[in-house]
Amino acid sequence: MAFLEINRLHKQYGNVEVLKGVDIAIEEGGFLVLVGPSGCGKSTLLNTIAGLENITSGEISIDGTVVNDLHPSKRDIAMVFQSYALYPSMSVAENIAFGLEMRGVSKAEREKAIQGVAGMLQIEHLLKRRPGQLSGGQRQRVAMGRALVRDPKLFLFDEPLSNLDAKLRVDMRTEIKRLHQKLGTTIVYVTHDQIEAMTLATQIAVLKDGILQQVGSPDEVYSKPTNMFVADFMGSPTMNLIEARIENGGGGLSVEIPQRDRSLSLPVPQPPTALRSYSGKPVVLGIRPEDITDPDGADPKAEHIAQAHCSVEVVEPTGADTFVVTQLGGKEVTGRMRNAAGLAVGADVPFAFNMGKIHFFDPATEQRIA
Amino acid sequence: MSAASKDTALRTGTIARALIYTILFIFALFYLLPLFVMLVNSVKPLEEIRQGNMLAFPQVFTLEPWIQAWGEAQIGVQPTGLKPYFINSLVMVVPAVIISTLLGAINGYVLTKWQFPGHRIVFGLMLFSCFIPFQIVLIPMARILGLLDLAGTTYGLILVHVVYGLGFTTLFFRNYYDAFPTELIRAATIDGAGFFRIFQRILLPSSGPIIVVTVIWQFTNVWNDFLFGASFADFDSQPMTVALNNLVSSSTGVKEYNVHFAGAILAALPTLIVYIVSGRYFVRGLMAGAVKG
Repeated sequence: MAFLEINRLHKQYGNVEVLKGVDIAIEEGGFLVLVGPSGCGKSTLLNTIAGLENITSGEISIDGTVVNDLHPSKRDIAMVFQSYALYPSMSVAENIAFGLEMRGVSKAEREKAIQGVAGMLQIEHLLKRRPGQLSGGQRQRVAMGRALVRDPKLFLFDEPLSNLDAKLRVDMRTEIKRLHQKLGTTIVYVTHDQIEAMTLATQIAVLKDGILQQVGSPDEVYSKPTNMFVADFMGSPTMNLIEARIENGGGGLSVEIPQRDRSLSLPVPQPPTALRSYSGKPVVLGIRPEDITDPDGADPKAEHIAQAHCSVEVVEPTGADTFVVTQLGGKEVTGRMRNAAGLAVGADVPFAFNMGKIHFFDPATEQRIA
Repeated sequence: MSAASKDTALRTGTIARALIYTILFIFALFYLLPLFVMLVNSVKPLEEIRQGNMLAFPQVFTLEPWIQAWGEAQIGVQPTGLKPYFINSLVMVVPAVIISTLLGAINGYVLTKWQFPGHRIVFGLMLFSCFIPFQIVLIPMARILGLLDLAGTTYGLILVHVVYGLGFTTLFFRNYYDAFPTELIRAATIDGAGFFRIFQRILLPSSGPIIVVTVIWQFTNVWNDFLFGASFADFDSQPMTVALNNLVSSSTGVKEYNVHFAGAILAALPTLIVYIVSGRYFVRGLMAGAVKG
């Protein structure tokens, strides 16, 4: 049995169903990130795990105990909130120790626990201050200290970094990852930022409209998205999704992308088994920007590179890379080229497609063709 | 060109400012005039007032009217002065203010952070109670006080003022706590604090401004109330306001205006002190929650 198990979880507000049968399990020491667009139900899911909201049906168990009807304080969890939720009238030390105080831990032991946590998070010098006198990053640390000090079975993070500025967010992200590696506790983490999800998680759960789209390791979710939503949501810039048609020629399957004058035909060297039945039918071709490059910049280990000339519409230099936008199948398609590629708008340049890393989706069901 | 227009702008600014301050000064004088008349005449012997100039400064300064009003003047039939009634008012107003403020705080807490089905209706009804005129409830209230055996006692008056103040205190606290972040309540819930523990440790310490507003509001209203005091109190529980009326409207002997003025100031003094001590929080508290910040 997994450490945290959620089975067929339903949650309704009146007639509105927010969670529609969610099943997730995570092993002890895992880092589960719930990710999805706003309103997908990820925060509600976290709140039901915490016990702050009742569930309509289903079962949640932590470490073998069903906690459905257990009060939040009895679930042995700690939560870090988006607004940090530091008690404004208490000092940092009192904030950190409040949970212990409520549980009747003696003053001497509380002092020791505060010192331990403050040392780990490097906030010893802040202990006597009020939350109002702290910067955003310091508040974030105190909020984590308050969660850490009780040494709970499960940590819950509700978009903890979304109120920080960009640079601090990256720093705190690294810090959270380091803490997780050091302490080995189980964490459930909610975010709408797919980069946070990719960098932190051992397991990612992608949610949309209260339905779980995919659960898997970051690599699985990134390289084998189960449907077009996950493919589009994970990765930045997003995956190119192009309407195309499968043709079965003499040398095997190929994918035809209709262009204005003539269609572009690219061979499919390792077609997924189900793709054969799509010959002559429309599909959606998915290819990530990093798999569309200039010929010299293509992955040297890639076995199947197809080249085609396309006209450059927009050039977006970012420093390390240059994103190039062109038209394929009537859609804007972004490729990632090296900085020095010397591109001009309107020029016809060769694009290299890494055909070993393409994805196919059914245009009707939006599911991956495996 | 720009320098010239700047110059004009400055000059009109000065003129407008001078005008505003003059008007403000006149209004301040206008509002202070009654207080001035009361103060001046309360330290004059009665003969000076009889001569007719109420606005003049005293020729002979005397504190005799104050001593009279406080301890010797005829109130009704007894020559007790206002002192026992002042104490009656204090004994009534302090518990009434504390109880109604506390209950209002708990009501506000429940109505915002422990919402139950129908909480809007309950709040609506409480709000409605703010608009019921005093006179309407006089007879039902008298009946209830009679049934509870509290008629004519200070306890009865406390009850009446608590019930009548609850609508306002609930309104104040509800609006204040509405802006209080719910995540704090959730954090405390997970930390293991219960209903009253959260109230006492998390909400109350952050409620300073609204407590001040409520206390000033309640203190002023209860202290200044005349109708309930006159209707429901006996001789030994009559508040200051009723006693002042009895002092002024005593029909025996001469009208001692200087004593009346001193008595009126004595009656108004506590609310004045409460406002001066905590008034700067009053505006701040009233504004709380009006602007999201």
